[in-house]
Amino acid sequence: MSVIDIVTSKSLTYEQKVVSLAHAAEDTLDVLNIPEKTKHYMEIGAICNLNEGNGPYRPRYIMPDYEKAVKQGCVFLQLDPPKNLDELLNFLMILYRHVPSITSYPVFLGELDKLIEPFLEGVSDEEAEKKLRLFLIYLDRTITDSFCHANLGPEESRTGRILFKLEKELQNAVPNLTLKYDKDITPDDFAEQALYTSLFCANPAICNDKAHKNTYDRYGISSCYNILPIGGGSYTLSRIVLPKLAWQTKSREEFLHVLLPECLKCMADYMNERIKFIVERSNFFESSFLVREGLISRDHFLAMFGVVGLAEAANWFMEDKTKKYGHDAEADQLADEIMTVISDFTKEYPALYSEIAGGHFLLHAQVGIDSDIGITSGVRIPVGDEPDSMYDHLKHSGRFQRFFPTGVADIFAFDVTGRDNPGAVLDIVKGAFDVEDKYISFYASDSDLVRITGYLVKRSEIEKYDRGEAVLQNTTQLGASTYKSAHLADRKVRSGLS
Amino acid sequence: MKVPVNRIIPMSVVDGPGNRTSVFLQACNISCAYCHNPETQQLCRSCRTCVPECPVQALSTDSTGKVIWDPEKCVQCDHCISVCQYHASPKIQMMDTVQVVEKIKENMPFIRGITVSGGECMLYPEFLTELFTEVKKLGLTCLIDTNGTVDFSLYPQLLEVCDKVMLDVKSWQTEVFHRLTGGSNEIVRKNLKFLAEKKKLEEVRIVCLEGEVDVEQTIGGIAETVGDHLDEFTLKLIRFRKYGVRGRLEQTASPSDEEMEHWQKLAKEHGFIKIKIT
Repeated sequence: MSVIDIVTSKSLTYEQKVVSLAHAAEDTLDVLNIPEKTKHYMEIGAICNLNEGNGPYRPRYIMPDYEKAVKQGCVFLQLDPPKNLDELLNFLMILYRHVPSITSYPVFLGELDKLIEPFLEGVSDEEAEKKLRLFLIYLDRTITDSFCHANLGPEESRTGRILFKLEKELQNAVPNLTLKYDKDITPDDFAEQALYTSLFCANPAICNDKAHKNTYDRYGISSCYNILPIGGGSYTLSRIVLPKLAWQTKSREEFLHVLLPECLKCMADYMNERIKFIVERSNFFESSFLVREGLISRDHFLAMFGVVGLAEAANWFMEDKTKKYGHDAEADQLADEIMTVISDFTKEYPALYSEIAGGHFLLHAQVGIDSDIGITSGVRIPVGDEPDSMYDHLKHSGRFQRFFPTGVADIFAFDVTGRDNPGAVLDIVKGAFDVEDKYISFYASDSDLVRITGYLVKRSEIEKYDRGEAVLQNTTQLGASTYKSAHLADRKVRSGLS
Repeated sequence: MKVPVNRIIPMSVVDGPGNRTSVFLQACNISCAYCHNPETQQLCRSCRTCVPECPVQALSTDSTGKVIWDPEKCVQCDHCISVCQYHASPKIQMMDTVQVVEKIKENMPFIRGITVSGGECMLYPEFLTELFTEVKKLGLTCLIDTNGTVDFSLYPQLLEVCDKVMLDVKSWQTEVFHRLTGGSNEIVRKNLKFLAEKKKLEEVRIVCLEGEVDVEQTIGGIAETVGDHLDEFTLKLIRFRKYGVRGRLEQTASPSDEEMEHWQKLAKEHGFIKIKIT
């Protein structure tokens, strides 16, 4: 979009214009050294920088240590440490406004239970609900970008219970909420309330706390589901779009041993180039009050190495097209080999200024962007190709999620019968985390399935019975196109009573 | 011993607490007018009506004339069930405890237990005892879903390995029960009291349909019989739905929200604590 198009646009809000103009200005720069080979991989779409801009002047994701801020106050913002709930919420609302990111909105709002709980002493539930409701509405209406995340758990809290109740009522898109879950710490009834809530408003998601808690000293979940160090963040996120690289050859060998290693190196060098500019030339770390006041520090930043479309890449090399990722042992084995090459590379190759990650890039299963047609998020099984058994699906997820320390997730549609039995959904979560899944989220696929109770169900009748309505519901949840295939019925049956 | 298995559902969120694997055994000793899965009522008598009807030739007969089902070829269209005149299904597998346990194990660690239903699973009490004994070794809980027409007090060993029972009381007055099911509810009432006293009740159920079921008397009858235990189980009031039903009720409408709420209110007045409407 040209500058004049941005300025005169009818479809952009004022705020969006300001952000777009800043982006356009940034893109007039040519300060990153990008070799021809890398440009080639960018042109064919195998390396994608997610349109981060040509002159990085702030890290992509910033995870301030809000707890520290609340304890010490903020000199730059002329705020004393809050002394009561009103002051706390006001403090946070102001601080959030000043946290930069790639979207210009804060991507991480902190561990809300740890921030809020100490201020609930002596506050009645009714009063707390009233104040937190306004707080949540403020966040939803001012952070107009859904790549924003707040965390809870693994301990139970009054804050969490109140937030679950309010989320169910408010049906807000912002923020995303994640409950860090550990079956040895999180009480069942608290986790069940979380899951019950998610079957009304797709929030919160559930993060395997055991699998992540030793990744850094303290971790938080930001944006979509990025697992990053609190007090730091991620400089950048580029992604390798595996199918676009795979399409360059018919040979598995050439892909695994020539193209993939070369492309990975190009991407890593490109990311280092970005990191170098942010750290050495942008003066971000020299000028930000967040750094000056110790809410973030340079040595708590790393870079996320994104992977997308593993399924399509593996399927591309299968001669028998009926053998697919998620179903066929050979396809899965090939996918495992691809991931092993990528994982080994990131463990070896140096990443600049990434001490907290041992001087390496950390893998992230990138969720995809609008322009990805026929390319599945991260290492997920394509919609429509899911195994009949949800258990098989979860075991498969566990196998491929093991590669990703900075975020990987699965989403499951669950029929509304789950609302009557959140304990059942929790059983599935426990099982999933036992087979090393890292992160799972549910949403309810509202349908006439709710009316089916404890009797034998005829699959053909379920399909006949709820087909029309299910399409309608999923349109509002995830977009009609994803769910139009005949596989919808399979997915739903597996989700509820299957 | 082998029993006829109608199907095993690996993941069920509607058959008791938590996520469970449900095992449905074939054949029933009564025949409810509102039965949602009438094809579970009878064992196949190899009349062979369904064999030529199968659109994918998944059914055949062996040398003795017995109907054989090929699960590999079957596309689960259920046409065989719709042409069966005897409320049976040719898609039944004879399985022993070892085979059923293997199927259950495939679903771990995602389930907390199993529920065996039917048909009427209490037609196979020895099998249940054997199955539950093995399943409990896996750390799973074991529930029975039953119409209560088989006397539980005759099977103390089974009760030892059975965690809880979900009892479908259906109706209260003898003649109403008989008209609805073709059977007698004398044992059902006995089981209700016996299981409550043994603290084995998980759920007590009534499928609600005015004119067919004496809902009010049933709620009252249960409350009177097990009044000391009303906080120990869930009373589930199920709205009659015509889906799957064959025979005189197949076109009958469901009770209204108002009717269901009325019965719920009545149940509350009788002192039930946990009441669920579905």
